[in-house]
Amino acid sequence: MKSLLKFITCGSVDDGKSTLIGHMLYEAKLLFADQERALELDSRLGSRGGKIDYSLLLDGLLAEREQGITIDVAYRYFTTDHRSFIVADTPGHEEYTRNMAVGASFADLAVILVDATKGIITQTKRHTRICALMGIKHLVLAVNKMDLVDFDTKKFDAIKEEFARITTEFRFESIEVIPVSATEGDNITTKSPNTPWYEGLPLLPYLENVDVHASDDDKPFMMPIQRVCRPDHTFRGFQGQIEAGGIAVGDELTILPSREKANVKRILVTDQDRDSAHAGQPVTIQLDREVDVSRGCVFTKDDQIQEADSFSATILWMDDSVLTPGKNVLVKVGTKVLPGTVTAINYKIDINTGNTVSADHLVKNELAKCEFSLSDGIVFDSFDRNKSIGGFILIDRVTNMTSACGVIDEALQSADQAVRIDAEVTREIRAQQKGQQPFTIWLTGSSALDNAELAKEVEKRLVASGYHTMRIDNQSGESVRQIAAYAALLNDAGLLALVPAGPANDNDQAIAQEMIGQAFLPIEVNDSSSIEEAAKDTVKRVVKALIQV
Amino acid sequence: MDKLTLDSIDATTHLDQLEAEAIYIIREVAAECENPVMLYSIGKDSSVMLHLALKAFYPEKPPFPFLHIDTTWKFKEMIEFRDRKAKEFGIKMLVHSNQEGIEQGINPFDHGSSYTDIMKTQALKQGLDKYGFTAAFGGGRRDEEKSRAKERIFSFRNKNHAWDPKNQRPEMWKLFNTRINKGESIRVFPISNWTEKDIWQYIRRENIDIVPLYFAKERPVVVRDGQMIMVDDERMKLEPHEKIETMKMRFRTLGCYPLTGGAQSEADTLDAIIEETLGAVSSERTTRVIDQEEAGSMERRKREGYF
Repeated sequence: MKSLLKFITCGSVDDGKSTLIGHMLYEAKLLFADQERALELDSRLGSRGGKIDYSLLLDGLLAEREQGITIDVAYRYFTTDHRSFIVADTPGHEEYTRNMAVGASFADLAVILVDATKGIITQTKRHTRICALMGIKHLVLAVNKMDLVDFDTKKFDAIKEEFARITTEFRFESIEVIPVSATEGDNITTKSPNTPWYEGLPLLPYLENVDVHASDDDKPFMMPIQRVCRPDHTFRGFQGQIEAGGIAVGDELTILPSREKANVKRILVTDQDRDSAHAGQPVTIQLDREVDVSRGCVFTKDDQIQEADSFSATILWMDDSVLTPGKNVLVKVGTKVLPGTVTAINYKIDINTGNTVSADHLVKNELAKCEFSLSDGIVFDSFDRNKSIGGFILIDRVTNMTSACGVIDEALQSADQAVRIDAEVTREIRAQQKGQQPFTIWLTGSSALDNAELAKEVEKRLVASGYHTMRIDNQSGESVRQIAAYAALLNDAGLLALVPAGPANDNDQAIAQEMIGQAFLPIEVNDSSSIEEAAKDTVKRVVKALIQV
Repeated sequence: MDKLTLDSIDATTHLDQLEAEAIYIIREVAAECENPVMLYSIGKDSSVMLHLALKAFYPEKPPFPFLHIDTTWKFKEMIEFRDRKAKEFGIKMLVHSNQEGIEQGINPFDHGSSYTDIMKTQALKQGLDKYGFTAAFGGGRRDEEKSRAKERIFSFRNKNHAWDPKNQRPEMWKLFNTRINKGESIRVFPISNWTEKDIWQYIRRENIDIVPLYFAKERPVVVRDGQMIMVDDERMKLEPHEKIETMKMRFRTLGCYPLTGGAQSEADTLDAIIEETLGAVSSERTTRVIDQEEAGSMERRKREGYF
């Protein structure tokens, strides 16, 4: 039966990655005629003087065409007589590591390109590591530009040996090394006469035949619950996609985390009644008794699946912001989302070499071993056994960006024990915990309105919007230095400090500015008819400053 | 081009995988998003989407409404089909048109690309804002057009409904992040990974009803700029040299009748359509007039809020 192969291509601009895929589609006659025409048209705009530039088939975004590089993942679809394919073309530069990870997380196999004239380079190692991290089990190393080294078998063998050496630390199930020329077409769809010494299959036939589907049917049954289906009081079913194993009407299963047991009364595969169902199918399962089940629970027959509220994991940090321990995040594992904290960065892993380095923070595209603590227990398994509940993403609680992805290594101590943070607790950590940037809001001006009353009103509004604040009322007439020192302390605690400072005074303001530093936010209150109006306007300006940080 | 025959395609596993992926996505949105809607354009992809939504929640009805953006220039048969399906499946079908555009008499003959902006893009923004939808399912597929090939399944829009292709959220495994800030919304494309061929094979396998315009029939047409335009009502403005001919033809995509080119065809059964599609020499969007205007036009339009 014809199957679907999802694969990615990795390599740099110069390795000819887009060209390789473009050429494969072109040679295999997998293009529509109008795409072929468009390609020829587009090529006239390109840099190859009218000769067909196969890479134009894949580099879709305008910015990419202008810069001549692949920024994001592009997906292409093609079918041969033997298989259907989805290929994700991913960017090679280190700064786009996260985009490559996106492509890799979706694929069963990776085609990694190297330039035969250059051999294995740092980025080859990086790409191999990312593929391994994201769960890819099958690799093809396409040694490209063989025409430029006169199809030298010694050069090819040396690259092949070095690749075997760098992949020993990972658990890949298959690795195939193929000599090709993407621009000339050697060993792309047909065996090249230039490489009589190569005994394997050309690239496309290899991809048509490689077996990547480790049978999920042989594993014990496991399904995370996506939603409870309750059209009326007579029906209650649990919907999800079976991630491993099979299930039949009458089977007993365990509900995690409650560990209650129940028997399967009815199985719907989409809208059809079935006696049984298997991995990959979307189902609705009815049980024979009333049990407490909600989204995020897991149905299983597997007794190795664990529950824990803290774990260690390997993560790829993908956000523009810096990660420091103490960061509050949302963690999504399977169909469950929980608040949690990054409690420790154990060490960084050099994405190119695999060497470990101690670290107290992470920047974009860095790989690290970290520890997490969650607000509640989460059901998980090791990534090797069950990708769907072994991988996770971290969501930033303020920006909602997907800031990292990771793979759970193991559970840590139970919830009852105190969680520790492996770093000095700084202003940044306290502020992150509150999900805000600390400021001292220094209110001046507006003789007509009572500054202290205004500060109260501003604070009410800020608290209502979820900010953490503290107001300093200077009733005992303390000096500006004293007030500024209090405010700086409150900022250290991660709070927004509100100071009603009365009429504007340049001298006072200069002192406060110096003592409070970057957190100083002077706001001259606009003359308004009412406290409410002035407060509304002030809050608007504060929030604007907070968002711009 | 090699002609792939029907017999060479036994895509049961392949289609099952695509169906499962789409249903998973649709259920995730229903479970996590506050106020979702499924956009319904009446075309074949929308028919597949509606079918998937019905299957995803069975025996429950889809727990969200459907929204059709009506430019008022759709084929009559499309509108009839829409109303019939909504009734048959008992789903909530919302219809929105840009009233200002109608009052100003905006039409595809006199207003060119500003027609698309006003009656489609602006109307869509209005419709989504009117009901405060936070997530909208669309039937976009990555094989349709180059800029779509790079779009995530969950695609974020700022409060002006604009897409920022350089700042897409990483999408890992099946772990979709549905969280948004106030004013933002999400476009969700559950059939991102389907090709036109998959759509047709699925329609056949699942016996999905589609608008009769997809089947070849004798229809009144005018040939304009190499495109075969059907004269669907008296609003069609003819150039002096143009005359209406009757031809056996069908449509590969459906939209506003003055902007949708058809093709001469004898394919009046589903099998004949699939046979024709698998041996196709044109990818389907060539029959949509707007896409050919300039390189990268679709990406530009999407940044401005086109679906």
